[in-house]
Amino acid sequence: MHRTKVKIVEEALDANNTIAQANRADFDRADVRVVNFMSAPGAGKTALLERVVADLPGVRVGVLEGDVQGSMDADRLAALHVPVTQLNTDAGFGGECHLDANMVRSALGELPLDDIDLLVIENVGNLVCPAEFRVGEDARIMVSSITEGEEKPLKYPLMFRACELVLVNKIDLLPHLDFDLDRFLYNLDQVHPGVERILVSAKTGEGIDEWRDWLVKVAAPQEVGV
Amino acid sequence: MHELSLSGAIVNTVEKHAAGRPVNVVSMRIGALRQVVPDTLEFYFGFVSKGTVCEGARLEQELISARLRCAECEREWEIELPVFMCPACGPSGRIEVAAGDEFEVESIEVEEAECIAQR
Repeated sequence: MHRTKVKIVEEALDANNTIAQANRADFDRADVRVVNFMSAPGAGKTALLERVVADLPGVRVGVLEGDVQGSMDADRLAALHVPVTQLNTDAGFGGECHLDANMVRSALGELPLDDIDLLVIENVGNLVCPAEFRVGEDARIMVSSITEGEEKPLKYPLMFRACELVLVNKIDLLPHLDFDLDRFLYNLDQVHPGVERILVSAKTGEGIDEWRDWLVKVAAPQEVGV
Repeated sequence: MHELSLSGAIVNTVEKHAAGRPVNVVSMRIGALRQVVPDTLEFYFGFVSKGTVCEGARLEQELISARLRCAECEREWEIELPVFMCPACGPSGRIEVAAGDEFEVESIEVEEAECIAQR
């Protein structure tokens, strides 16, 4: 026996990215835009979707619901008569804490791609791992609720940088908390300068119109050559 | 906590290149922006690699400092805190990551059986 050094120099997540590109190609072929919707557990992803998915003018929405276990969130959205596909991650390594491209690929056959214009992939609640794994999306949206505190962008820069839109949720609680909104937005701009942000409350409806418009814009057919 | 899934990604990448040969050493280049905890990665790697060609392999981690570049003024600097703003241009500067987002399998050391036919 002897030892040989083998030069590799390969991003360890290349395999995931390759599958993500294949997913993206399949979504493009079906003319479906895709958003990857991420946050910590309990930030209000499902509540924010409940506010808009049944009411996007001219856009047919489907949801792919990722959870470690159970279908509580999927049931909430299905009640709005939106096609929901459940993807539980507990078949894997003790319950994956995020969706990866391969998991989404495994669900492709169950998605009604011909009947929708926009697929929202609600990721598993987690501020770390989902940021690492592209799944074939056009845009990444994260929710940060004000009950999580002002310092979250500084603690989870990977996630706050890995998104095109930040929804700052539970804004109705501002009068009741010590949360310093200016401080949060300052921290956000330190980590991801100028990233789009919308202040929302899934409870009162504040900011929901703007959030809805953002999704409609993503779902709009891409203008070519203009 | 993402070290578990990252360990799986390392093992998958190494398996592809090891072609069944037992692996003694896996050398990684890991950028500071990936927020990887070296001890945690080593722990999970040992766990996830069981039953694969990587079982018992040593994980070497070369840590790469995070460096940013401003596309406006072309200044380049190292960061310790996650502040992605050009000290000269402020919010108007477009920031690029020059180094620090690597998560690369740089090389592996494998055991080869002696090939008698080549002698």
